[in-house]
Amino acid sequence: MRDITLGQYFPSNGVLHKLDARTKILFLVAFIVLIFCSFNFYALGLVAAFTMVIVLLSKVPVKMFLKSLKTIILIVVITSVLNLFYGTGEPIFEWWIFSVTLDGIFNAIFVTVRIICLVVVSSALTFTTSPTDMTDGLERLMKPLTVFHISVHEIAMMMTIALRFVPTLLEETDKIMSAQKARGADMESGNLIKRIKALIPVLVPLFVSSFRRAYDLAMAMECRCYRGGKGRTRLKQMHFTKKDAGALVVMIFLTAGVVLCDIFL
Amino acid sequence: MSILRTEKLSLTYGKGTPFEKKAVNDVNIEINEGEVIGIIGHTGSGKSSLVQMLNGLFKPTEGTVYFDGQDIFANPKELRKIRFNIGLVFQYPENQLFEETVAKDIAFGPKNMGLSDAEINEKVKRAARFAGLREELLERSPFDLSGGEKRRAAIAGVIAMEPKVLILDEPTAGLDPLGKDVLLSQIEAYHKESGNTVLLVSHNMEDIARISDRVLVMNNSEMVMFDTPSNVFSRVSELKAIGLRIPEITEITLKLKDAGVPIPAGVLTVEDAFKELCKLINKGGNIDA
Repeated sequence: MRDITLGQYFPSNGVLHKLDARTKILFLVAFIVLIFCSFNFYALGLVAAFTMVIVLLSKVPVKMFLKSLKTIILIVVITSVLNLFYGTGEPIFEWWIFSVTLDGIFNAIFVTVRIICLVVVSSALTFTTSPTDMTDGLERLMKPLTVFHISVHEIAMMMTIALRFVPTLLEETDKIMSAQKARGADMESGNLIKRIKALIPVLVPLFVSSFRRAYDLAMAMECRCYRGGKGRTRLKQMHFTKKDAGALVVMIFLTAGVVLCDIFL
Repeated sequence: MSILRTEKLSLTYGKGTPFEKKAVNDVNIEINEGEVIGIIGHTGSGKSSLVQMLNGLFKPTEGTVYFDGQDIFANPKELRKIRFNIGLVFQYPENQLFEETVAKDIAFGPKNMGLSDAEINEKVKRAARFAGLREELLERSPFDLSGGEKRRAAIAGVIAMEPKVLILDEPTAGLDPLGKDVLLSQIEAYHKESGNTVLLVSHNMEDIARISDRVLVMNNSEMVMFDTPSNVFSRVSELKAIGLRIPEITEITLKLKDAGVPIPAGVLTVEDAFKELCKLINKGGNIDA
């Protein structure tokens, strides 16, 4: 329960921490596109190498990245094994209805590297960007959507609130679970259905307290005259700096590199 | 024979990490059957961690707990049974209510014990009576009750298991003065009628003084005193040094004593103080009793 690293902020004074949140979000989107546009080993190698550079630049302990990878290890294993059998061409190994081809092996390697890069880079974003900066950045980036009558500010506010309540709810869950265990609730044994049923005494109080908290929070916000995004100013203005320009240049070079590898190698 | 005994009980959070923190350090206590123990200490002194180890919710990093002479951590599979014997009511227990009706919620514990419907029914009724819940409330939804009633329903949920030891972690927190008084009287009545051991964690010194046989004082994760209320509350300067106060009436009588009035130290309740003062006045012969 306590080991949720995905989406956790890790304060430090690395260069990535100082970049504007908007730059990092755009960078991440572009990088994800690049990950899936790398069609040969040279391009993939370039992307993987750059992922490592990001890990080093983030000044976040490598252990933290490994921890976030741990949660998706099952997905990686399943997809790569599936891909192993989905190749076309000459089989190099055959058993019953399974056949492994060179193509399949390549596919498996590609998928594995891609997923790992994806998770590492996304965690780099959340490790180096505080939740408030992140939602601020998203809000500014989504601003053009207001043309389509989408209330961007409200969406950003909801995200901030959701993130803020993650630790609170974890603590609450712990407490309720202990209280029910004290009354002899058995959550560790029995089959799947029995275990799901055993969660009811935890989930009902959790929902009740969440609604109560939501109600209290809404009241408190109203007391401080919150009325949505209209005319709201910010305490911290976001600024693009030379570092952001540098990041942009790096991104352009990286894109060019991957495209060149794809075409010429 | 002691019903609950701890040996070198210690708990450290996050052992081996930079966030390592001692919550409970080397607590050795022996509690006899039928005793009422008050546990006091300021916020963060380790009271809640201590009581959660006593019923096996936290596993101590060192030392152990003996219930009826048996190490409760010896067999992890038996821990659930131990919890039926050592009932723990958490802080703000009303947050754990979940069933459709109060009766069903109170029945949760006995049901987990694997009792028959008839036995469960009887235990629910008895627990509700102990907690002072009127019969017609039993078929209502727990979420429709008032704050005080919810609290009592949740406490009934633990009492229904008829534990040999009942531990209450700040049961009166957040209740109005009348609700506090009623709840405390009910705990007293429960103790008298069932004869079971009761452990009460509280910030309210008057409550502790009123019902405890012995008082355990925690400070900085260590047990600093474990004695009768009158002995504990006569060590005023020590208690004040660790940020605790003593019952108001005890403070007044101690001041009278300092001023030269021959009144014994460690008077704990207003009634006792009244009696003592009457005795003095009678000796002086000014007033006829």
